[in-house]
Amino acid sequence: MITQFIKSREALLLLAIAIVIALVSTRFPDFAAPANAANIFNDTSILIMLALGQMVVILTRCIDLSVASNLALSGMVVALINSIVPGLPVPILLIIAISLGMIMGACNGILVWKLDIPPIVVTLGTLTIFRGIIFLISNGEWINAHEMSASFKAFPRFELLGLPVLSWMAVLTVIVFAIIVIRTPLGRAFYAVGGNPHAAVYTGIDVGFTRFMAFVIAGGVSGLCGYLWVSRYAVAYVDIAGGFELEVIAACVIGGISIAGGIGSVGGAVLGALFLGIIKNALPVINISPFWQLAISGSAIIIAVAVNARSESKKGRVILKKAEQTT
Amino acid sequence: MSEMVARNIPDRLTSRAQRVLKSWETLLLAIAILVFITNSFASPYFLNAWNLSDATFNFTEKAMIAFAMAMLIISGEIDLSVAAIIALASTAMGFVMELGFGTPVLVLTGLTVGIICGAFNGVLVTRLGLPSIVVTIGTMSLFRGISYIVLGDKAYTGYPTDFAFFGQGYVWWVFSFELVLFAVLAIIYAVLLHKTNFGRTVYAIGNNPVGAQFSGVRTARVKFVLFLLTGLMSGVAAVCLTSRLGSTRPSIAFGWELEIVTMVVLGGVNILGGAGTIPGVVLAAIIMGMVTFGFGLLNVPGIVMSIFIGLLLIGAIALPRVFAMVKRGRG
Repeated sequence: MITQFIKSREALLLLAIAIVIALVSTRFPDFAAPANAANIFNDTSILIMLALGQMVVILTRCIDLSVASNLALSGMVVALINSIVPGLPVPILLIIAISLGMIMGACNGILVWKLDIPPIVVTLGTLTIFRGIIFLISNGEWINAHEMSASFKAFPRFELLGLPVLSWMAVLTVIVFAIIVIRTPLGRAFYAVGGNPHAAVYTGIDVGFTRFMAFVIAGGVSGLCGYLWVSRYAVAYVDIAGGFELEVIAACVIGGISIAGGIGSVGGAVLGALFLGIIKNALPVINISPFWQLAISGSAIIIAVAVNARSESKKGRVILKKAEQTT
Repeated sequence: MSEMVARNIPDRLTSRAQRVLKSWETLLLAIAILVFITNSFASPYFLNAWNLSDATFNFTEKAMIAFAMAMLIISGEIDLSVAAIIALASTAMGFVMELGFGTPVLVLTGLTVGIICGAFNGVLVTRLGLPSIVVTIGTMSLFRGISYIVLGDKAYTGYPTDFAFFGQGYVWWVFSFELVLFAVLAIIYAVLLHKTNFGRTVYAIGNNPVGAQFSGVRTARVKFVLFLLTGLMSGVAAVCLTSRLGSTRPSIAFGWELEIVTMVVLGGVNILGGAGTIPGVVLAAIIMGMVTFGFGLLNVPGIVMSIFIGLLLIGAIALPRVFAMVKRGRG
C-alpha cells in the first residue's frame, strides 16, 4: 500500500508542492507558517471546489466550460436579490445560489443527455449565453460593496475555529465529494461511464443520466462558488471570473484527472488546485512579476498531461502498437 | 475527440438536387440572406458599400483561422491556442519593431512565430500522443503567458506607416486587403480540402483514424501539417490584426478561440471529426459578422450579440436532432 502511494500521482504532486514551498521558504521563511498557509488555502478554496465539480464531469468523459459563467450569473443574481431585499438571511441566498447553479448545470446536462450534443459544444454555447444573461439582468452595471448588506459580505469571512467560513466550505465540499465519489453508486457510475461507456450500459448504468447528474453537481458547486466569490470580493459585475474555467480544468489536469475519462481522484483534484494556488501566492513573495503566472501554469498543464499520458498508457493491452501510438 | 458515436452514413438514394437543397450550407445561405434583409430593413445605414466593407473586419481575421481550424477539427483534433498564438506573434512583431526592423521583417516574424507555435502543438499531439484539447489549453496559457512576461502592462505602439496596409489598406474601391485575402484563402482552403488527396485523407482520418492508418495514410504527419497550417493562419491573422489596431497588448484577441470554434461548428463541421465543408465555414463567418454589424448599428451591446451566437451554436445542432426525434417518435 505504501509503495502504491509513493508511485501515485498524489505523492508526485505532494512532492512538487513541497519543493515549491521549500524553495520559497529559503527566500521568505514565513511562507509555510500556519497563518500564511491558512491564507493560501482560503485564497484557493473556490478553485478547489470548482475543480471537484469539474472532476466528476471529466470523469464521465465530458467537459464543462460554462462553470465560470455559471458562477458569475449565480453571483450576480444573489447580489441583485441582496440589494433589493437586504433583510433576506444568508442561508436562503445560499440555497438560491446552489439551486440556480444546479438548474444551469441541468440545462447543460439535458442537452448532453437527451440530444446527445457533444459536451464541449453545449458548454461553449452556454458559456456565452450565461454571461450574456448577466448583462441583461444587470444592465451592465456593477453591484458594489455599499449596495450589499453587512451579513451578506461577512459570511465568508466569519472565523470559525481559526479558519474563515470560506475555507470550511471548501473542506466540507471535499468531504462531500469524497463520500459521493468513493461511497455511493453514483460515484462508481461516474468512473464506469468514463472508463468504458459501452460496458457501463451492459452493467445497467444509464450513461446519459449519469452524465446529467455530473453536470448538475458541477452546476450546484458553481452556484455556491458564485455567492462566495461575490461576497468575498464584495463586487458583482459582468466579467467576474472571466476565463476561470480554464484554470479549473488546469487544476484537474495537473491533479491527474484524465481528460479521456474514468481516471482521477478527489485528492488529485484538491492537490492540483492547491499547486496552482501556491504558485500564485508564491510569485509576489519571491519578487517575480505576477505576469509569469500564466506561462507557469501553462507549462504545468503541458508537463502534467505528458505525465498523465505516460501513466495511463501502461493500463490496458495494446494489440497494435504502431496504430495505437499515432491515433 | 474521445467520444464514440455511431455515424449514420446513408447510401446515395436521394438525387443531387435534393441533397443540395437539404444541405447544411443551403440552410446557412438562407439564414445569411434573412439576416441581410432584416438588417437592411432595421437600419438605413446598413446598405452602404463602405459600411458593409467596414463590417467585414468583424470576421475576416477570425475566418482565416477558422479555415485551418475546420480542417483540424475534421481530422478529429482541435487547437484552442490560436488566440494566444496571435498574442505571441504580435508581441514578437512589436519586439522586432523596437529593434528597428522594417515591415518585411515584421511580417516574416509574425508568420514564423505562428508556424513555430503550430509545430510545438503538433509535436506534442502527434509525437507524444497527447490529447489536443488539453495540450492546446496548456499552450494557450503558455503562449499568452510569454506575451505577458515580455509586455506586462505595457504595449507596443508606433508601427511603421507602410505596415498599416495589411489591416487598413484597400486593394480596389471598397475591397480591403483583408477582405481580398479572406476570399483568396477561402478558395485555397476549399481546393485543398475538397479537391486534393490531402483533403481526402483529412476526412479519412476524422472518420476512422485506425482505418486510415492501415490504408497507408500517414496520420501523424497529416495532423502535424494541419497544426502547422493553423499556426501559420494565426500568424497571418496576427499580422492583419496588429496592423489594423496599430498596437500590441498581451490581451490582444482574447477569447477569440471560442468564437472561432463557434464559427467552425456553426459552419456545419462535426466537432467529433469526419464531416464539414469550407463553404459552410465561409457562410458561418459572414453570418456572424453581419449579425454583429447589424446589432451594432441598432446599438445592441456586443454581449447581447454573444447570447445570440451561443443560442445559434446550440440551436444549430439541437434543432435537427429534435426534428429527428419527433420524426422517429411518429414513425
